[in-house]
Parts: sequence; C-alpha cells; structure tokens
Amino acid sequence: MTGAERLRALGLLAPAYLWLTVAVFLPLSAMAFFSFLTDVPFGDREWAFTFDNYAQALTNPTYATLLWKSLKLAFWVTVWCVVLGFPCAYILARMIKGRSREVLFLLVILPFWSNALVRVFSWAIVLRGNGVLDRAVNAVLPWDVKLNLMFSETAMVIGLVHSYLPYVILTTYLSLQAIDDTVIEAARSLGARFPRILWRLILPLAMPGLIAGAVLVFVPVVGSFMEPRLLGGRVGTTYGTLIEDQFVAVFNWPLGAALSFILLAVVLVILAAASPALRKATT
Amino acid sequence: MSEVRVEGLTKAYGPTKALDDVTLTFPEGGFFGLLGPSGSGKTTLLRAIAGFVQPDHGRIFIGDQPVEGTAVEDRNIGMVFQSYALFPNMTVAENVAFGLEVRRVPSGDRARRVAEVLELVQLGPLGNRKPQDLSGGQRQRVAMARAIVTRPRVLLLDEPLSALDRALRVDMQIELKRIQREVGITTIFVTHDQEEALTLSDQIGILKDGRLVRHGPPRAVYDDPQDAFTAHFLGEANILTGRVEAQGLRLTDGTLLPGVTTARIALRPEALTASIEQPATPHRLQARLVQRIFSGAMGTCILDWQGQTLKLTAPDRALAALPETGGPQVWLSWPAGAALPLRDPR
Repeated sequence: MTGAERLRALGLLAPAYLWLTVAVFLPLSAMAFFSFLTDVPFGDREWAFTFDNYAQALTNPTYATLLWKSLKLAFWVTVWCVVLGFPCAYILARMIKGRSREVLFLLVILPFWSNALVRVFSWAIVLRGNGVLDRAVNAVLPWDVKLNLMFSETAMVIGLVHSYLPYVILTTYLSLQAIDDTVIEAARSLGARFPRILWRLILPLAMPGLIAGAVLVFVPVVGSFMEPRLLGGRVGTTYGTLIEDQFVAVFNWPLGAALSFILLAVVLVILAAASPALRKATT
Repeated sequence: MSEVRVEGLTKAYGPTKALDDVTLTFPEGGFFGLLGPSGSGKTTLLRAIAGFVQPDHGRIFIGDQPVEGTAVEDRNIGMVFQSYALFPNMTVAENVAFGLEVRRVPSGDRARRVAEVLELVQLGPLGNRKPQDLSGGQRQRVAMARAIVTRPRVLLLDEPLSALDRALRVDMQIELKRIQREVGITTIFVTHDQEEALTLSDQIGILKDGRLVRHGPPRAVYDDPQDAFTAHFLGEANILTGRVEAQGLRLTDGTLLPGVTTARIALRPEALTASIEQPATPHRLQARLVQRIFSGAMGTCILDWQGQTLKLTAPDRALAALPETGGPQVWLSWPAGAALPLRDPR
C-alpha cells in the first residue's frame, strides 16, 4: 500500500473505529474500572481500589443460584425459539412464494418494531387471571378452569420467546433459502420421503442459521431483566434483575459491574465450550 | 432396466403447451438424446418421466407399468441434474450411499456397492471428500455414481455436461458413454448441444414448441432431415428454394438441378466444393465469394447467392485455390445425393 492508499483506508475505517471506541470500548472500560472500586467516583464520594466486589459476587450463594436460574431460563427460551422458529422459517423459505411471503415476513418482524414495554404489557393482559387467555379457554371448555399464568416462569418464557423468536426465524430463513431446490429433487429421485429429507438434508443444511439464531437468543436472554421483572413478578428475580437492582435501586455500581463481567465471562466460557460441537454441526 | 414409453403426453403452462401430444418409445438399454432449442419442452418431457411434472394428458410407461399415478419417490429412477445437486453436507461416499440407505441395504453391502460404483466412475480414492472440494468433472462423476448405484430402471440426465468447459466436456462424453455401456441402463438425456447428442446417442428425438419433430438414429436423421427445422438444428444447412419442373428443380437464378423433386433442398456446408472453373456436374450453382475464414484445419467460406448467404466448410488445403478476400464469382458443386429433400410445408 502506498502512503496515499493507507491514508484513504484510515479515513474510511475511522468512523467505524470511532464508533467502537465511543460505544463499546469506553463504556466497557469504565465498567471494568468501576468493578474494582469501593464506591462510584462521582462527586466527593470516597473511593479506593478493591477486589471485594468480585469476592462477594463469586461467594454469595444467592448470586450463584440466580445465575443458574438465568442460564436455565435462557436455555428454555432458546429451545422454544428453535422449536417454533424452525417450522416458521421453513414455511416462509420453502413453501410460500411471492406476495404472501412478504406479508408473513412483515408479521414476523413486527415485534421488532413495537416498543418492548408495550409488548410485555400486552402479554400481561393476556396471561393474567381473568385475562384474555383465561376467558378464551373458559369460553371453549364447558367446565370452570382457573388459568393464571401471570407472575410465573411460564409467563417469562412466553414473553422472552415472543421477543427473541424473530432472530431465529430470520437466521434460519436465510440458510433454508440457500438450499438448492434440485438437491431436494435429487433426494426424492433417489426414493427419499420428507422425514428423511428433513433429517438428512434440510436440518443439517439449516444448522448454521439455527445455531446463529440460538446464540443471538441465548446471550441476551441470560442477562434479561425487563421481561422477568414484569411477567415474573415475585418469581422473576434473575441474574439480570439483580444487576439492574445494583445500578437502579441499591446504587451499588461497582457490584453491578462486577456481576456483569462475571456474566460475560460465564457466557463466553459456555460458547467456547460449545464451539467445537457447533463448528462440527455447521460443516 | 426397462423400456420407457410415453403416449400422447401433453402439458400446458397457461396458454403455452410445453408438451403437445408427444408419443415416443425409448428402447431398453439404449442411450436416447432429447434435443431442441430452449423452451422446446425437452426438459419438461424428462421431468414428466421422472415424476416432477404431472402431465395434463397422456400416459407414461416404465417397463410395462403405467407410472402417471406413481410419485417420484416410487418410480425407481436415477437422475443427474444440470447443477449435479450433490448433498453439500455429505461426503462423496455418503452422497452415493444415500439411495441405498433409503432402500435399507445392509451397511456391509452398501459399502461394497458404493466402492464398486466409485471405481466404475474412477473416483475410487475420493470417497471421503466433500463435494465442494471436487472439480466440476469429478462432481459430475459423483452425480452419475449416485444415480446408478441403486440400479434404477431408467437413468435421466438433464443437460449433464453443460456446466463443464469444452475440453472436459468431450472427455466426459466418452466417459458417460462408457459408463452407460457398462451398466446397460436405459438412458434418456436432454441437451441443447447437437454435437453432444450426435456423439452420445443411439437414438435422438428433436423437439420444437412441445412437439416431437423427428426421431431416429442420429446418422439417419442427419443424412435425411426431411424438414428445414431439423436440417438447421442438427448441423448446419444451406436451404435452396425453387420451382419443381419436369426435369428437376428450377432455382430462382434459372439454374436447373436435375433429379430433384421437392421445392426445397438442404445442402450441408461440408458437402459443397468450391472452384474457380465451372465443374462438369449439373449439381452446381454460381455464387459470389464474400469471405474466406481460416480457422486451423478447417476453413469456412461465406458466399452470397441471390442475396442469400451460403456457407461452405472444407479442409483449409482444399480452399487454397480461392482468394483470401471476397469479390469474385465461384462455382459451388456437390455430389448428386447431397441435395437433401425437404418435405415440410413452408
């Protein structure tokens, strides 16, 4: 590269690096810094360096329990997203053509465009006792049923699945659409019926999309706090809400920052541990 | 291995008929080339035999069994696709074994048959490769192996060589013919490349606008095309038109060609001889040389006759007497039998 080319490349890359610095690197370093302090260095507060936050975060059994609960929650949300997302993506990518596909796509994307809070509250209306779901079920069934899903783990899973399902549908749709129609025809010409084609061809070929979608769901759901708080109520205390409390309610930013970094580390360790299996599935 | 027969096969897509009353027998163990321009219905015919296209009318028999009501999965066919359609998530051996797996062939037997067929297509050591690591010609062989390993009743090839470059295509033609002969399976293939059809097939069928125009052994059809479309489509042809008289065909420039009984004839470019002096035969005409093109061993002359462009091809040596640049009048002559009568209405 000549000097002029290098300068131009730098000029083109500068906005991206600037963005990374301002939006990712600076806040993250600030949080990393806070996590080693006794108190936030704002105003005339007293502060000193300490490892206490990490010690506390790692030794308190309640925190470990909450982390485990959040991981389980994220696991089940991911499972449901994959189970529901795959058929949706399959129908969109391989069974519907033209205009109706665009309409369905719009419906899939719609949750993305609506306010997350509105979305969660509308679920609250549906799920609560004497709510939409309760009345609908009672209108159909002849005997009296009490259906109150509100403030339960189920409600949390439903709300989270609804929020994150589009990721799985979109990523899976892309890999399903890339499958050549003649590959399916070739399998049929060899005598294979749909279940075998699904199991031996479509699923393996859709795997990269499914895995990308699963990762996109799992990671944010582990740290989610809004849906658990609003739909989980008393049972909705998760690692995410714990961190939120440190920042918003207790005003213990150093502990919140330490808990965040532990969460980040745990997620990275899980992804690293799973990566050999994931890589095998995608090739 | 079975004879394949279609009777009165018709398939319409909206107002256009992709297949229009096609009746044809594909002989047992033969290599049948279906050829025609794009949109002629050749691929539709192949896909109807495979079962991917449901005909509106007509019957399809594989062996003695009618198969119109049989799904693709149950027709026991082998098919090679233009894009090869190999399973990208499986190795070469897994690709080939897929049809056997479907048929629940025990795994020991399966491995033996896969090894055998990979040997047949000369891919013995490549069983563990993935399709994306193979060259175009190798993928073609895998597709072929996958299609024949199940010993299907009929092998259908959809433009099997069109994705290969020219040199490789010629090699694969020979290869394809060898494999087909060794396996002895009834083979139907679709191509738009007339040379490929002539090289490979025992029988060819020419389609135009969904109709079967001509069929027969390649040489017989080439030597007696009978209609202008076939003459043009299979090889090249100069078509001359005139008026039939008692003595023969009177061309528009007044030349009389004795012994011709049809108003139109086709002359193959390679059947023509060019000379400066008037030849002694009555099968000749005079035309203006426009251009002489050198292309290695063979040479081509472009001529103008009564405003119509004629073409002549000959070994370049035979054209040495002619000037390089155009202008002068030359004589074209041909053996008496080379004027191919065209009987179709214009």
